[in-house]
Amino acid sequence: MSLDIWMRENPLSYIWIGSYAVAFLIFAIEIAMVVHKRKITLQQVRLMREADESEEG
Amino acid sequence: MAINWFKYSAPTTFYGLAGKLIPWFAISAAVLCMVGLYIGFVVAPADAQQGEFYRIIFIHVPSSILSMFLYLIMAAYAAMGLIFNTRLSSMMASAIAPTGALFAFISLWTGALWGKPMWGAWWVWDARLTSELILLFLYLGFISLHASIDDPRRADRAAALLAIVGSVNVPIIYFSVQWWNTLHQGSTIKFTGTSMHIAMQQAMFTMLVACWLYAITVTLMRVRSIILERERHTKWITELAEVKS
Repeated sequence: MSLDIWMRENPLSYIWIGSYAVAFLIFAIEIAMVVHKRKITLQQVRLMREADESEEG
Repeated sequence: MAINWFKYSAPTTFYGLAGKLIPWFAISAAVLCMVGLYIGFVVAPADAQQGEFYRIIFIHVPSSILSMFLYLIMAAYAAMGLIFNTRLSSMMASAIAPTGALFAFISLWTGALWGKPMWGAWWVWDARLTSELILLFLYLGFISLHASIDDPRRADRAAALLAIVGSVNVPIIYFSVQWWNTLHQGSTIKFTGTSMHIAMQQAMFTMLVACWLYAITVTLMRVRSIILERERHTKWITELAEVKS
């Protein structure tokens, strides 16, 4: 069955899979990336702090 | 009690404030998104001409509006950083850019999915579509230019110029359907009123507010990482509870 026929027979599935699922997947990926970036940055800052403390000590 | 807003223009104070606000914005965004989808898919009736396909509007229109507004806000922050040399303004501009780019992409993507059943084509070189595509390229240009310069303050200034010059594209997107004969429909909601069903309006505005709250949440989360990264050599960062733990 071609996409044209399928989309006309299943408009809500077409909308949900094509638009909303893609949009929410993009949002989920963005949130995951932002959370990951924060974890990495915090880790770097902690390492720098530990290095500074060991130098002073 | 009067709030001293200028106090929060410094990264030191804004970092804590952003941390406190994030959960509120995130929860509100999730709740409103569910309410908007419920109204849009359960309460709102099918369109007389477009049938069920019009329901893409509840993600397409908020994404398009946000892609334009976020660009203007990004350009305003970048300009403030350039003129007043304020650190937080430039950080905010950098934090907004990826979210704005994603909204521009979602706008184009959902527009293509709407265009196929309505126009019979995924893409046409129509003024509205083309100017929105240029907006996506401007966002990508801002992000790439900023990433290509090692010194963050120099990167802020260079990217700010691009953001300010590129802001001329936003009114072009908005007025494109009036200035040119486009396949894309004109504005359904005008200052003089709208012909939309009340449930469709409610769903669209609820989703618009949800998308705004989502964009604010993600921007605040991102700007906190940028503040941590750029201010890592300062004493106040090393004294933060999350850094000490």
